[in-house]
Amino acid sequence: MTRAAAPRRRRLLAAVLTYVGAVLLAAFLLAPFVWLFISSLAPLADLIQRPLQWIPPHASFDRYRTIFFGADGRDFRFALRNSAEVAGLATSISLVAGMLGAYALSRFPSRGRSGLLYLMLATYMTPPVAILLPLYLILSRVGLLNSVLGLALVYTSFLTPFLTWILKGFFDAIPEELEEAARIDGASRVGSLVRVVLPLSLPGVITAVLFGVILAWDEFLYALIFTSSTAAKTLPVAISEFTSRFAVDYGLMAAGGIVAALPPLILAFALQRYLIAGLTAGSVKG
Amino acid sequence: MLLPALTVVAGVVGYPFLRTLYLGFFKAPLLGKTRTFVGLGNYLQAFERPEFRAAVGHTLAFTVGSIGLELILGVAVALFLDRAFVGRRILRALLILPLALPTVVNAVMWRWIYNPEYGALNALLTQTHLLPDYRSWLGAPGIAMAMIVVADVWKNFTLVALLVLAALQTIPVELHDAARVDGAGGVQRLRYITLPGIRPALLVALVLRTVEALKVFDIIYVMTRGGPASSTKTLSFLVYEEAFSFLQLGSAAAYAFLTVALILVFVAVYIRLLQSRGVAG
Repeated sequence: MTRAAAPRRRRLLAAVLTYVGAVLLAAFLLAPFVWLFISSLAPLADLIQRPLQWIPPHASFDRYRTIFFGADGRDFRFALRNSAEVAGLATSISLVAGMLGAYALSRFPSRGRSGLLYLMLATYMTPPVAILLPLYLILSRVGLLNSVLGLALVYTSFLTPFLTWILKGFFDAIPEELEEAARIDGASRVGSLVRVVLPLSLPGVITAVLFGVILAWDEFLYALIFTSSTAAKTLPVAISEFTSRFAVDYGLMAAGGIVAALPPLILAFALQRYLIAGLTAGSVKG
Repeated sequence: MLLPALTVVAGVVGYPFLRTLYLGFFKAPLLGKTRTFVGLGNYLQAFERPEFRAAVGHTLAFTVGSIGLELILGVAVALFLDRAFVGRRILRALLILPLALPTVVNAVMWRWIYNPEYGALNALLTQTHLLPDYRSWLGAPGIAMAMIVVADVWKNFTLVALLVLAALQTIPVELHDAARVDGAGGVQRLRYITLPGIRPALLVALVLRTVEALKVFDIIYVMTRGGPASSTKTLSFLVYEEAFSFLQLGSAAAYAFLTVALILVFVAVYIRLLQSRGVAG
């Protein structure tokens, strides 16, 4: 080996190792989900045979047809609608409360401000079990058990503080001088928030909506306890029941999982930039 | 303008939280109107009940196991993706897949992979001759919790990886170049440049993941319902069961409050850690 060849060989080896690592990582990230997708397409007979065939010889989208149009998919379709309504409603309420709150925390200098910020954080981190039982008693007393509205109100408990926290970071980045012109022209605080701050912090609003929808879509414990029929049951509850009710068809369960996963996955991939911005909003603030 | 947010905080979180504390002082059946005041009875009794102690143990095992692995895997993957190579953007985007996958779907997916008779894990291990025959993964008390931890790590190490990667990208390249010129090796640069650079992000990830792990419920409910032989019963699951299977609201509330206390202990330790290292900006 010549002296010049050694570093080149080492560089080549490093490149090969990098790509071996990259392929392994991609396989690790993709394999479970790809298997779920394959399971949703393969006929049951293929899924339960030994030795298992990884690529099923006969694949079809029949189960997706069942879910969207068949009689067996009826409960699932209700759950899809309920999940969308709860996520939409909870995110809307929390967005309004969060925008006003974040604006106040960002603009009004006050001694208690950092205390209020930590209060928001503590509220977000409060575990559901800590408030679950009284909420159950309250909801049952006011007749909001098993209702989309009741569940959405409960979801504001973790969405409002989190969206406030995210939005405050974005509002902080907008110089106050920009608002002054509007204020001189007679705009109120709310007016300058709506006409000056919000348009400029549109990325913040998108980030907030993205996290609101994903978190609400994902929630399980409250939905399990507070809903009891197709009138309000959300997707996570429907899927957890799928397995006991259609215990035989693993493929139908897989198809249900894929359908339930698609909305948050599509949102997260389409809005990648905002997802990362939202995740790091907390960590740069420290 | 703070009023709407504060209303939510006080009304939907603060008030119910105090009610939980209060409820813990009573013997209160879920069905039925009579409540008997038992003072600290429920709280003191909790420490004597083997179910509660076991649940604390299971919760800590899940938390320590999953967070340890998530931090190691997350940092390793972040360091890997911080290097320049074609395709790393695609890999970074792929990290979003587990992260955005709903928790219940993740749990259902892994339960199917672990299936004792038809699961992909059994098929993979027997076809590669690593395992002589199909076996039960979630039905064996010794390993069920470990299998749940793996399912949780697959989904959540991505959060650590993305947070740390974002932090790594804020470290100026010049810093590494200067150190290299000064003769610092790879290990030294990792120790004195990379680690201080990602420490705030690591602490945020640690706090977020710890709080999530200590209150774990959904993945347990879907994968094992606390079984086999109660070996995966965590605190949140115990509260759920006490209230809605055994219909004892009072003792369930006491368990819930003690769960919060446990979380607070962890958070307090982390805040001390944050302050003593001067990380808070």
